[in-house]
Amino acid sequence: MFGKLSLSAIPFDEPITMTAVGGAVLLGTVILGLVTYYGKWTYLYREWLTSLDHKKIGIMYIILALVMLVRGFSDAVLMRGQQALAAGGALGYLSPDHFNQIFSAHGSIMIIFMAMPFLVGLMNIVVPQQIGARDVAFPFLNSLSLWLTAAGGMLIMASLGVGEFSKAGWSGYAPLTEIEFSPDVGVDYWIWAFQIAGIGSTLTGINFIVTIVKMRAPGMKLMRLPLFTWTTFFTMVLVVWAFPVLTAALALLTLDRYLDMHFFTNTLGGNQMLYVNLFWTWGHPEVYVLILPAFGIFSEVVSTFSGKRLFGYTSMVWATGAITVLSFAVWMHHFFTMGASPNVNIFFGIATMLIAIPTGVKTFNWLFTMYRGRIRFTLPMYWTLGFIVTFAVGGSSGVMLSIPPADFVFHNSLFLIAHFHNTIIPGALFGFFAGFYYWFPKAVGFRLKESWGRRAFWCWLIGFYLAFVPLYVLGFMGMPRRLAYYADATWHPYLLVAALGVAVIGLGILFQGIQLFVSIRERRSLGDSTGDPWDGRTLEWMTSSPPPVYNFAKIPAVDDIDAFVDMKERGIAYSRPDRYGDIEMPKDTPHGLIIGGFAFVFGFAAVWHIWWLAVLAALGALFTVIARSADDDIHYVIPAAEVERIENERYRELASVAK
Amino acid sequence: MKNRTYFLLIGLSSLCAVTLLGGCSTMVLLDPKGPIGETVRFVIIAAFALMLTVIIPVFIMAFWFPRKYRASNTDATYMPKWSSSAAIEFFMWAIPFVIVTCLAILAWSTTHSLDPYKPIPSADKPVTIEAVCLDWKWLFIYPDKNIATVNQITFPVNVPVSFKITSDTVMASFFIPQLGSQIYAMAGMQTRLHLLANEPGSYVGRNQQFTGPGYSDMHFQANAVSREEFQSWVQGVRQSPEKLDLERYEELSKPSRGYHPVTYFSSVKPDLFEYILSKYHPTSGENHGPMSSGSVPTHPRTDVAEAN
Amino acid sequence: MMTTEASTIGITHNEKVEHPDAVEMQAFGFWLYLMSDVIIFATLFAVYVVLGGNYAGGPTGKDLFELPYVLGETLLLLLSSFTCGLVMLAVRDGKKNSVLIGLAVTFLLGLGFVLMEINEFYRMIAEGHGPSRSAFLSSFFTLVGTHGIHVAFGLIWMAVMMGQTAVKGLTPPVQSRLMRLSMFWHFLDIVWIGIFSIVYLMGVM
Repeated sequence: MFGKLSLSAIPFDEPITMTAVGGAVLLGTVILGLVTYYGKWTYLYREWLTSLDHKKIGIMYIILALVMLVRGFSDAVLMRGQQALAAGGALGYLSPDHFNQIFSAHGSIMIIFMAMPFLVGLMNIVVPQQIGARDVAFPFLNSLSLWLTAAGGMLIMASLGVGEFSKAGWSGYAPLTEIEFSPDVGVDYWIWAFQIAGIGSTLTGINFIVTIVKMRAPGMKLMRLPLFTWTTFFTMVLVVWAFPVLTAALALLTLDRYLDMHFFTNTLGGNQMLYVNLFWTWGHPEVYVLILPAFGIFSEVVSTFSGKRLFGYTSMVWATGAITVLSFAVWMHHFFTMGASPNVNIFFGIATMLIAIPTGVKTFNWLFTMYRGRIRFTLPMYWTLGFIVTFAVGGSSGVMLSIPPADFVFHNSLFLIAHFHNTIIPGALFGFFAGFYYWFPKAVGFRLKESWGRRAFWCWLIGFYLAFVPLYVLGFMGMPRRLAYYADATWHPYLLVAALGVAVIGLGILFQGIQLFVSIRERRSLGDSTGDPWDGRTLEWMTSSPPPVYNFAKIPAVDDIDAFVDMKERGIAYSRPDRYGDIEMPKDTPHGLIIGGFAFVFGFAAVWHIWWLAVLAALGALFTVIARSADDDIHYVIPAAEVERIENERYRELASVAK
Repeated sequence: MKNRTYFLLIGLSSLCAVTLLGGCSTMVLLDPKGPIGETVRFVIIAAFALMLTVIIPVFIMAFWFPRKYRASNTDATYMPKWSSSAAIEFFMWAIPFVIVTCLAILAWSTTHSLDPYKPIPSADKPVTIEAVCLDWKWLFIYPDKNIATVNQITFPVNVPVSFKITSDTVMASFFIPQLGSQIYAMAGMQTRLHLLANEPGSYVGRNQQFTGPGYSDMHFQANAVSREEFQSWVQGVRQSPEKLDLERYEELSKPSRGYHPVTYFSSVKPDLFEYILSKYHPTSGENHGPMSSGSVPTHPRTDVAEAN
Repeated sequence: MMTTEASTIGITHNEKVEHPDAVEMQAFGFWLYLMSDVIIFATLFAVYVVLGGNYAGGPTGKDLFELPYVLGETLLLLLSSFTCGLVMLAVRDGKKNSVLIGLAVTFLLGLGFVLMEINEFYRMIAEGHGPSRSAFLSSFFTLVGTHGIHVAFGLIWMAVMMGQTAVKGLTPPVQSRLMRLSMFWHFLDIVWIGIFSIVYLMGVM
């Protein structure tokens, strides 16, 4: 009846896990209790969960990302704590089984459920506004993507309390992930969480490519697109090209595990090298999926806060395109040590080095954008400067790793760990934070308090160096990644420093929490009634903060790269049309939420081999799709008079600010 | 505010310097004991120096530009529309291109010269060691001496060691940091590695690829000794009461937890290594007897002539 | 995938009909989806090529494939693609009944294909040559089976579209969906040609 599931799946004997589960359940209960107490269920359901408004979907994505950031960071704390204690014969407080789950969960969560929702959330809020559109091309698909991603995230959270998570690393190398070596449900949780969220990502990719290609405002030629939109476009191309390979690779691993097939097994002709190749065919482009949007954000931020047009716009676009193409030709640098011939290795090594060229060009472009500007040191600018300096180091260590003989000694060492955290934390996360602070007033209507933000930034930056410089050194000392305990006492002091670094980063996250709390309390004094708090350069600053559901009462016409600066200079930024027209917008619908729910149930049932439930959930999802397709009445009209009322209010507010 | 930035910068960089210098004696990659490791160290240092030619200007500009062009400094030139300069853009593409070209040349030559499949030229006949990854220990077979060990290898100094590597479990990676390159161990496949120690000593070797719960215990000793000591070590192993026949091997290959103590086997079933490889032969059937097919197991590559 | 409803936001005013732009966006989006599906099939083809010789002592393609039978399957699918083309002509001319008849014929041909494939798989598994016998058979069943599952989903979609055409008539949204269905169907046809040549023809050679 319940497949492999029984009460023994709940790890009552693991105090650390049970504390985490208890905390999560308690927090969930408190939130649900508060929602019930204030009678907000209808509001939550109508205004948020079933919403097709790209801005609200974006906000929900970012909430998911921040929650998962805390979860993934907790894993990091446990890992660093374990390695700080388990030196020279001591075993630490985590059993290898538990430690292995934690590092697997940390990587999986940070990449698929923190970084991906964060960047998709920012794109959702910003891209339609930047191109002067009223929504994305397929608003329903957008909601479906969100709920599929959330379903995958829920599945990972469920693995905390019911059963266990994968113990085979976030990359899930076969044959370790085969049923012979990992008979538990952990790998299945990992597979289904990735698979469900991955399908959501592919749909997002399709959606945004169509949006950017087909829905630009009149006059917005390709070479006038804001850089963030450009990088979104290239990112989504990467997503649509790369994610299907992950889908296929995971499906084959699933068949191995569930139907006793032999794709990646040791026996009966399976080929483990095939898995590694397929995984990184997705995995390397995925790195650029994380980093390119952040590059776009930095470009917007540098230009805005230098009060200056972006330096070398054309170079930037071409550099992004070059990275997109090259990122598909470097996957083999993840396994130079597999025994391929030197000619194969050096091909991929040089292809990898080539990526440093466009990346270097971008760095110089940002620097020369600041040159002869008027730089305002706001929070987004802090994160950007922190990024430029830190990323230069991380990128350089990457170039060192791209030389096959050097990789032969750095591979799988803590040098590698230091390198990729040194690219992804500044190159992606710092960018997302910059974007978060930059567009927060646009999405919510008030700014975040600078003082706490600066404290958080310094904690993050210093904590980052404390946590990862020792790992570079440990790489030189020959320490491999993923050790639950170690005998070599000379490594210990460095791991203590790294643990201290994580504590400092933790302080940074705490300050960000305080910042959110304080800013919400003081939202009136931090309010943005102009819609343009930073003297912005692109179209999203033309709307009010937060924008009306339709974004633009009249679709703007674009004449320049910095479209909004151009309008402000010509004095037409706030000119009103002669008359307003009716606006047609998509109706909210619960179908995305329902399908996400079915996907979660399906994933859970598949993990535990509860086949009747899996079949029911799959049929449920199928019939929801059919029901949705039968509905042709999917739009509603905002009458011109209503648009005029909303716009009058906005202009009254603008006028009161101007006084 | 700016002062604080500089304080932090100085603090951070001195911290980095202290950690780096303090660790030098234990930084095994910078203290190699063989020609492979020495060349790799040169590659790493050369690449690092080349990268500094980018990092340092970026650092200088990243601190100088924001300071000079801060909004409060109204004396600085302000050119809001200035957004391109053919000269600057030429250099920003050309400089990384030149650096990458230098690196590519360095990488090209060393990738070929340091190919782990390439035998190390020497007047001496290399010592052949067959390494098998088991859960969670390393089995080493000396086919020419008909002996085997667990978690320990001993070989003469200044004589090339020729490793044949495979796995009887999941994918692992064979690595002796102070001697140089690592290479994967994969079931049904044989990978090659050639190393040489030019200084006697006991070096740590380990599995560098995560293989499951016993992974943290998968380290072994690699002893480089004089020729005489090597001969007497071989004699010592031959005194061991343990013999590695098929039955003992099946027992040994079962998963063990905790560090597996060093074990000596005075004799080994002939062609045990080939038997382990043939267990996973992709085209023939399961559980063929050892060497029944007589064919060569698949390699990750076949383009390097075997040198024995 | 069949409900990708492009909104008409910012494009129409005071109009209830779907604007041509929306249809165009849906078609473009569907092309992108097909492209991502091509990548899945390309991956499965690559896997088949890598593992296709790993018989593990089991049967080879030569032992298993019956070319005349597979040729029968191929003809059914090609014919269904032809009738699907006729359906689109009828859609263009607005002939609802012809559309329904054409869809029904296409459906039956597709169903015949799926049943023949199930029968082929059933026979192989019953003889002990199932997907768990060797890597070659795993990759064979997965590649051919993934195509078969796509065809089966296409049949469900077709059934839904027959219902929608019968109830709603050939409204612009229904027409747009029928167009995408036919794109999907022709796409599966092309994939099958690849399977027929690379798996079956090269397998018996």
